[in-house]
Amino acid sequence: MRAIMPHLPALQVVVPLIGALLSALLRRGTTAWALALLVSWTMPLIAASLLLQVLTSGPTSYHLGGWAPPWGIEYRVDLLNAFILLLVSGVAAVMMPFARRSVAAEVDQDKQSWFYSMYLLCLAGLLGITVTGDAFNIFVFLEISSLSTYVLIALGRDRRALVAAYQYLIMGTIGATFYVIGIGLLYLVTGSLNILDIAERLGPAAAQSSRPILAALAFLTVGISLKLALFPLHVWLPNAYAYAPSFATAFLAATATKVAIYVLLRLFFSVFGIAISFEHLPVSEVMLALSVAAMFIASLLAIFEQNVKRMLAYSSLGQIGYITLGISLANEAGLTGGIVHLFNHAVMKAALFLVLGAIVFRIGSVKLADLAGIGRRMPLTMAAFVIAGLAIIGAPGTAGFISKWYLAVGAFQKGWWPLVFLILASSMLAVVYIGRVVEVAWFREPSGLAEKAKDPPLSMLLPVLVLAIATIYFGFDTQASAGIASQAAHALLAGIK
Amino acid sequence: MKLDLILRIGTKLLLPFILLFALYVQFHGDFGPGGGFQAGVITAGMVILYALIFGVKAAKRIAPQGLVERMVPLGVLIYAGTGIAGLWLGSNYLDYSRLARDAPYGHELGIFAVELGVLITVAGTMTAIFYAFVDRGR
Repeated sequence: MRAIMPHLPALQVVVPLIGALLSALLRRGTTAWALALLVSWTMPLIAASLLLQVLTSGPTSYHLGGWAPPWGIEYRVDLLNAFILLLVSGVAAVMMPFARRSVAAEVDQDKQSWFYSMYLLCLAGLLGITVTGDAFNIFVFLEISSLSTYVLIALGRDRRALVAAYQYLIMGTIGATFYVIGIGLLYLVTGSLNILDIAERLGPAAAQSSRPILAALAFLTVGISLKLALFPLHVWLPNAYAYAPSFATAFLAATATKVAIYVLLRLFFSVFGIAISFEHLPVSEVMLALSVAAMFIASLLAIFEQNVKRMLAYSSLGQIGYITLGISLANEAGLTGGIVHLFNHAVMKAALFLVLGAIVFRIGSVKLADLAGIGRRMPLTMAAFVIAGLAIIGAPGTAGFISKWYLAVGAFQKGWWPLVFLILASSMLAVVYIGRVVEVAWFREPSGLAEKAKDPPLSMLLPVLVLAIATIYFGFDTQASAGIASQAAHALLAGIK
Repeated sequence: MKLDLILRIGTKLLLPFILLFALYVQFHGDFGPGGGFQAGVITAGMVILYALIFGVKAAKRIAPQGLVERMVPLGVLIYAGTGIAGLWLGSNYLDYSRLARDAPYGHELGIFAVELGVLITVAGTMTAIFYAFVDRGR
């Protein structure tokens, strides 16, 4: 045990990578699932011990291949990315038991092992983006996770999944290209790819010529914003989420956009924030405007959507708006709100999409009309939907309230009190779109498809309930989520000019 | 294609030399241009040439679909496994220094194994993509 402790950062990525390769070699759905389960349950153990290590003895660094940074690739774990690692791997581990029946029902028999292979590869990519301290290495892992995501989406049975995957492929590639251009410009002015090293050299470089650095900031912001689906760069997301297999949707909604937000945080605060002040380029103003637009427009679109899965996808866009709002506030409370909402939203959106996965498993449809009265037939599942829905709204006693509270405090501290009303008003929109589903599901007579439905088997029900209970738990015990988030926010802001 | 004697005999004569050239590019990659990727492409090119002249059915006898699809993850597994070997011997992931008696030999051996993995994956992937296109038309 002692011998592998120093290698944990590498193992965090290597274990799912090897798992992905083995499940591609196995070619049997159930064995591949068992392997994916094993890997997914190992990941949070590694992430948790990394987090403990960081909490007790500060950031750890791992030199890949024994080459010292800044020349070699460095895996660097500090509080922020240890937190994200634990979030991504933890949500994946909780969801994994759900996958077996859901994937068996929604993906062709001969493609199931490929599905798990792609899932593990995506997990490896996402964890890799988070753990690495090398800007170019982030790009490599970004491509690994993106390419496997396209496959995961395209494996949906609906033929429109192919178009959605293709659309995401185009948009995702543009995003990744912009990211590389940005990194290329940074390499041009600093001569380094290591994030810490870039941050150190960027200050002197900015004094000499600030234009390429501003161009790099612009390219990186737009590229990553495409990946995290910031309004109006979100067009790929609703269809991708709507037509992907249910498990893939839940996994991606909970993890992929969150990791992209982490990259944005890292670039803004650990790389640029130290070197240049944001006064040269109105990044935070633009970000603020787009966040507020996302909160309202995406929520309005969600209200008029008849496909519940797509409705939740629009809701995700709105919730991403809250996170980027926290980033654009750039004070400690706001940033804490953003980071903690990143965490909370991952948990509650995973719960909501898994509920839809259970509904698809039972009745094969997510049209609002088909859900009439389903609450009486699938009471536990729909109870989880109500709980996680309340968290999306931000009702007190749920995780969502905590994050919105911090965001509101952050806005107050800036003196932007109208923003507090905007946060409240957009939450009202969430009441409408969540309430619409709740009304149809609970207060109507079961008919048609919903008539014969019942709660899903335990392996699917349990992950849903665990995630739903977690949304309440993190509404009361904020030490784990908001506590670490505020420490991370403090650390991020420490270097800012 | 039955009547194209020159094409068929010419292909049969060429095949072993194409494979030999692929192996040369692979193992001479340390000293000249080449390496796993190029060698993999040449190897796949051999299968594709055979398929063009003798048909996909015949090509799938020398490079069966199942084998080709397993080569794709197998090569990456060799690559990642070499990294694990370094880990096993007490150095960092992908550090080849301890694979042999001293660091330069270790690196030589590590790169050799890694490039072999690249060859297998690239050859497998190229052939699998070719098969996927050909099978669509049927």
